[in-house]
Amino acid sequence: MQLHTIWFILIVILWLGFFVLDGFDFGVGALHMLIGRTDTERRVVINTIGPWWDGNEVWLIVAGGAMFAAFPGWYATLFSAGYLALVLVLVALFARGVSFEYRGKRDDPRWRAGWSWAQTIGSILVPLLLGVALGDLLNGLPINQNHDFTGDFFDLLTGYGLMTGVTLLTLCLLHGATFLTLRTTGEIRDRARAAGRVIGLVAIVINVAWVIWTLVVMGGGTVPQPTQIFGVIAVIFAALLVNTNYNGWAFASSAFAIAAAIGQIFIALYPNVMVSSTNTAYNLTVNNVVSGHYALVVMTIVAVLFLPIVLLYQGWSFHVFRQRLSAPPASAEAPGGGEQLATQP
Amino acid sequence: MVNDLARWQFATTIIYHFFFVPVTIGLAFLVAVLQTAWYRTDNPDYKRMTRFFGTLLLINVAIGVVTGLVQEFQFGMNWATYSRFVGGVFGAPLAMEGILAFFLESTFIGLWLFGWNHLPKRVHLATIWAVSIGSLLSALFILVANSWMQHPVGYRLNKSGNAVLTNVWALFVNPTFVWGYAHVILASLITGSLVMLAVSAWYLRKQRHIESFHRTAKVALIVLIPAIVIQLTVGNQLGEIEGHYQPMKIAAAEAQWTNCRPCSFSVFQIGGGANDKTPSQIILVPHLLSVLATGTWSGPVTGLNQLQAQYQARFGPGNYVPDVFIQYWSMRVMAYLGSLVLLLALWGGWLLYRGKLRSARLFLLLSVWAVVTPFLMNTAGWLLTESGRQPWIVQGLQKTVNANSPSVSATEIWISLSAFVVSYIVLGAADLYLMLRYSRHGLAQADAEAAEPSEAPGAAVPALTY
Ligand code: HDD
Ligand code: HEM
Ligand code: HEM
Repeated sequence: MQLHTIWFILIVILWLGFFVLDGFDFGVGALHMLIGRTDTERRVVINTIGPWWDGNEVWLIVAGGAMFAAFPGWYATLFSAGYLALVLVLVALFARGVSFEYRGKRDDPRWRAGWSWAQTIGSILVPLLLGVALGDLLNGLPINQNHDFTGDFFDLLTGYGLMTGVTLLTLCLLHGATFLTLRTTGEIRDRARAAGRVIGLVAIVINVAWVIWTLVVMGGGTVPQPTQIFGVIAVIFAALLVNTNYNGWAFASSAFAIAAAIGQIFIALYPNVMVSSTNTAYNLTVNNVVSGHYALVVMTIVAVLFLPIVLLYQGWSFHVFRQRLSAPPASAEAPGGGEQLATQP
Repeated sequence: MVNDLARWQFATTIIYHFFFVPVTIGLAFLVAVLQTAWYRTDNPDYKRMTRFFGTLLLINVAIGVVTGLVQEFQFGMNWATYSRFVGGVFGAPLAMEGILAFFLESTFIGLWLFGWNHLPKRVHLATIWAVSIGSLLSALFILVANSWMQHPVGYRLNKSGNAVLTNVWALFVNPTFVWGYAHVILASLITGSLVMLAVSAWYLRKQRHIESFHRTAKVALIVLIPAIVIQLTVGNQLGEIEGHYQPMKIAAAEAQWTNCRPCSFSVFQIGGGANDKTPSQIILVPHLLSVLATGTWSGPVTGLNQLQAQYQARFGPGNYVPDVFIQYWSMRVMAYLGSLVLLLALWGGWLLYRGKLRSARLFLLLSVWAVVTPFLMNTAGWLLTESGRQPWIVQGLQKTVNANSPSVSATEIWISLSAFVVSYIVLGAADLYLMLRYSRHGLAQADAEAAEPSEAPGAAVPALTY
């Protein structure tokens, strides 16, 4: 296999890692006000992702960095084309990222509500907007022979792009719900199940519609690919299992559903990396935006040596905090910040 | 217009990022030292101090992380032409930074924060050291990238005229990097220890928790004194290196328009920012510039006018002189404030030695206020570095005016610049508010948390961490 294909696959894996891992963070963040009724419950919900969200977000940073290193032309065109959308993504990421640390630092309902809203809106906007961007890669944007984007912000809002965004958002919400059923007990878990059931049904409908639309975008006469079929099946499984005691399976299904959604976009895209709606001759492909051979060799060595180590310690971190969380009984609650949380194996 | 706006945006966002970064690097190290002291001595006082300064660290990291995200995206957003040109070289250290540094730092900070009373003590200690190492590594890779822009090495230009990597090792032994990295890490240790010293001094002045904060003031001084002493030497060495590879930068930093030999150092001057103006008031120290720039008593320094002529002959017509006012004063801010901090640190060391630190009111007052100086020195240092490289974005290879994204309009940059400035003001206000609040009242909270019932591994998680 050629190096540029390997790097295309690696970048896909990085995007998969980002959406599968940070995906449940977005879901939990977006749902936390719904599922946690009291302030303590909301804190419990946020704490289910507390140790990990930052590490999960790094998958996005590395995906961006890897595109820069391996396909500079892709990074340059995509990021300058998506300009205003990315500004929104960044502001949403500020809101979400800071709210974790700052929300609990002051015992004042208005302060907490403010950061809760920041968390919710941020967590909704990021998968939605990034989904639009991924959809646009495949659907095509006005790009000229110099690989420069010639449209404006509204050209980004293609129907297919928006549909991809909505699909990813619902998948993240479902993923967040299955995650919460896995990580909590008691009332919080019951509410996560109830929410998951509703979201699950919506997700099935949207996902099927999106897959059909993807087939249309890919061109007439295309038959559904395995990724697409298994993706739909996974959504159905997740929707069915979220209300059972098979929490691990439900979570695995929603994770697989997200992976399949991201995967099918990139599979359909290859060997293009960005399609030009102006003229297919101006498409960006793995060949015409790739970095030098030597740099790819160096980066391959670094990735092969160190990504497994990253997986090991991130896996360890998931293992360390595997217990379920629940809100302490109201009587045990102490005022101020020093409360203790009951944990169950 | 587009170019100027993009530059304003880059400058604003990176300077802002770099308010928080050195605090993170410095405090992560110091917190790890405090926790190691607790591990070794089992003195609960060290534990409460670890938690107290750990919280300050976390408040700070939150902003460092989100502002870093902007930097990661911004090259592609505003500097697409630059990104296409340099990606083959510059992208590699950036990607390595993610894989080797950011993953490490962010995973282990989660483990550290949630791992209190949960991980075995020794493992928990290792997590904070991993955070510290992660932050040191992230500075390493980003500076490898930045140093390549100052002094490109290990590359060739391919047939489409873009830079491609030919020798990755050259990037890591680039003299601009080696000395620059030492300088930045020392600056971070200075920043962190001045923050710790200021908070401790504040408590000592209020005569609250005297024993605990005397301990941290001592730790801060023990780190600060050698760091600032070495920093002044490293700074001089860095000046020499830059004088060699980027002579314009250093000549501008001395507002030296004409050749000289031996060269005097101007301690202070008014005017002289353009070559048709002669400075009106000037205090000179004979030979000092020769010593600083060349390391010899009477070494020659080439003046800006001569350099400008050389550059024109080599690169064609154009103005190759950076903004002399910025260069001149940022160098002086760094050197003068650095010297003041050195005096403060030595004074503190002497008080410590004599056992009078806790009652030296004037010293404690000055130490509280000294907390602003590292931020000024850091900003000045980067202005010197980056503005001194102008008009180049990559020294000798690409000019900043040619580096933009062709598809991005001035309106779009106005929107993004305003969005970032507004967000940064909100975030900064929240951060400052929490920092001050926690500095003043955080100890009670740290005590409450430290008094948690069970210390056994695998016991309850402090659930309401967030
Ligand atoms: C606490 C902070 C601090 C202190 C006390 C100093 N510096 Fe500094 N300096 C920095 C913080 C800094 C910095 C912010 O970290 C910079 C920006 C880029 C870099 O590599 O470090 C820097 C850059 C920088 C550069 C430009 C490097 C380049 O262009 O790549 C020079 C020549 C010096 N410094 C020289 C000095 C001298 C002569 C000092 C004292 C006598 C000094 N610095 C003290
Ligand atoms: C313009 C170039 C820069 C880019 C692209 C960049 C990118 C980033 C990103 C994406 C993060 C967030 C990491 C996370 O989520 O954990 C971050 C944080 C960090 N950056 Fe930067 N950065 C830049 C400049 C610098 C410089 C010059 C330094 C040091 C000399 C530095 C040191 C750090 C450190 C130590 C952190 C982690 C701790 C903290 O955020 O406070 N960065 N940076
Ligand atoms: C964290 C410390 C840094 C600070 C405070 C800083 C500061 C600045 C400033 C003030 C400018 C504007 C220069 C001018 O308009 O004259 C600038 C420009 C720039 N810097 Fe830096 N910089 C830092 C680190 C970096 C790093 C680590 C990189 C690369 C990895 C970088 C790359 C650039 C680029 C691409 C520009 C835009 C083009 C230009 O105006 O030169 N900077 N920076």
